[in-house]
Amino acid sequence: MNNIKNRAAIVGISMTKFSKDSERTELYLTCQCIKAALDDAGLTPDDVDGLVKQTDDASDEHAVTSSMGMGNLTYFGESRWGAAPSAMAMRAAMGVATGVANYIVVYRSVNGASKRRMTPSMRTSGQMSTSDLLQWTFHAPFGHMSNAGRVAMIVRRYMHEFGINNDQFGWVPTVCREHGARNANSMFYQKPIAFEDYLKSKMIVEPLRRMDFYEEADAAAALVVTTPERAKDLKQRPVYVLGAAQHMALETEELTSYYRPSISGLPEMGKVGEKIFAMAGVTPKDIKCVQLDDSYGPFVPMQLEELGFCNQGEGVDFCNRGDRIRLGGELPLNTSGGSLGEGHIHGMNHVIEAVRQIRGTSTAQVKDAELVLVASGAGGPASGLILGGKS
Amino acid sequence: MSMVYDTEHPVPIPPIIWDNMGYWEGINRHELVFQRCKECGTWRHPPRPVCPKCRSFEKEWTPSTGKGAVYSWVTYQESPHPGFKAPYSVVLLEMEEGVRLVSNMVDIKPEEISIGMPVEVVFEDIAEGLTLPKFRKVG
Amino acid sequence: MVMEYNPGIQLLRPRVDFDNQGYWDGIKQHKLIFQKCKYCGLLIHRPRPMCPRCNSMDMEWVPSMGKGTVYSWVNFVYANAAYPGIKVPYLVVVVEMLDGVRIVSNMYDVPPDEIYVGMPVEVVFDDIADDLTLPKFKRREV
Repeated sequence: MNNIKNRAAIVGISMTKFSKDSERTELYLTCQCIKAALDDAGLTPDDVDGLVKQTDDASDEHAVTSSMGMGNLTYFGESRWGAAPSAMAMRAAMGVATGVANYIVVYRSVNGASKRRMTPSMRTSGQMSTSDLLQWTFHAPFGHMSNAGRVAMIVRRYMHEFGINNDQFGWVPTVCREHGARNANSMFYQKPIAFEDYLKSKMIVEPLRRMDFYEEADAAAALVVTTPERAKDLKQRPVYVLGAAQHMALETEELTSYYRPSISGLPEMGKVGEKIFAMAGVTPKDIKCVQLDDSYGPFVPMQLEELGFCNQGEGVDFCNRGDRIRLGGELPLNTSGGSLGEGHIHGMNHVIEAVRQIRGTSTAQVKDAELVLVASGAGGPASGLILGGKS
Repeated sequence: MSMVYDTEHPVPIPPIIWDNMGYWEGINRHELVFQRCKECGTWRHPPRPVCPKCRSFEKEWTPSTGKGAVYSWVTYQESPHPGFKAPYSVVLLEMEEGVRLVSNMVDIKPEEISIGMPVEVVFEDIAEGLTLPKFRKVG
Repeated sequence: MVMEYNPGIQLLRPRVDFDNQGYWDGIKQHKLIFQKCKYCGLLIHRPRPMCPRCNSMDMEWVPSMGKGTVYSWVNFVYANAAYPGIKVPYLVVVVEMLDGVRIVSNMYDVPPDEIYVGMPVEVVFDDIADDLTLPKFKRREV
């Protein structure tokens, strides 16, 4: 076996509403969401024998199993960073493909807006990871210590190399908010913006504005993954994993890959694209819609370039006026609203929305959305998926 | 215009560990040094234990010319830390040795910074026990 | 023999959250209460959002009989391996409640050389600070 095409299917999904305060613990949201995803699939917690979580998630496997009464786990694993959502789905697909588990739940829960956390952050310098140490030693002393600033440094160089004006980044948030406004689950339901609103948005770290960045939210999401054979007996139309990949390159850092020859691209995402297209045996032209990592809006045109939807340096033109990327265009993106227009759950909503599109249940449904691409982790270690309605 | 610090709120002190100690020792004596592989001569920054090119662990802390150019830059309009008064700029520099580093400019307004601007290192004693390498425009 | 605390060191406070608030509210009022699934009746400790037996999220708080037996115990004798806020030696016990759940706590009145597995115990409430009450256990006559 040299790839996992058609060896796994997503058979259950669930997502809580996005809010500014869930008034619940993250574990509560996790349990609620896993149960709903299993109901969606037609399974029960007794069927589950695998769990995949995001490394930083507060809901440990022990807490999930002892809350939900799962007594037979044969597989548990985790993925890190912004790349986690697609990578977690890949990890689950690998789990069922190899037979180490039969029904794997992927979950993510975060009280990102209210900060109602189960545990306080108790990290001290003695417990810092090597990447934290680099940030605190060589960036923070100069006041370079927010994700906004880290991303803006890369975007400035991208603008310089390709002659881009920062106003042009406004079309991605505008379209994401249009899509989010259609989605009752979104924080921005019925609250679209116009391009002019973006121009008026407050400058946070020049050259980027507030609306270039994700919207913190309290939310949880869960997926259920099994083999295509088992999927046939379940409630929903299976969504097949046709391609899945992760990539980390030389000098990849989380948002601060400043120390390699060119910084005005996302080479990890380019490699992920090559691999998932080859695995799925399709080309960018076959993809009906994409769910890209829009935690940082200006990384969206860069992803379009890296994934081969347009040439290098043309991503901003591709998004100009929004016509090609909104519902009805040639490549609608982030149809649930994404991190900019629905809420930020570190990209899990993008995977869920890809499944909805293939099932035909999106609130911004693309016609015949049989092939959908998901990208996670723009600006750092990356991962991606191609999901399809047919095996 | 240089970075304005709010002395009521101490800025983050870089955690010194074995791998980066030589760098900060250099800064404290007002000398900008980078790691250079003893085996293949490759410069590297930020410091790390191994040469990514030839995988040698042998390195020496080698003085930089202190000269370089602005590679990218940003201006914080909102401060993420009370120790730094916004607005202030952060620059990414490409040094003559080929390595890059993150720093601040001194004696310049944010709108006067541009990509490619030649700079040289100066040393700023920020607080007791904290010296940082900063950069000023040359030419 | 009551546990002695080092006054110079702040004791850790429980992290009260949505799932366990009822428990700590009870302790504050000197009542030991446990979570019970409203749907299937399962008694649960420690508190959690979902019933592990029937997956209901509908929970209520019910009073405990307050009685149990020592299920296992340890004696912290070496300060470097103990919590610095508490003077060694001190006992930590797992008590099996007659209600059917287990709870980790301290012994209130029993010295290390008298404790044994199976010792009958009952709950007492230790008001350690204005904002900190903990359920502890003392010997129970049978």
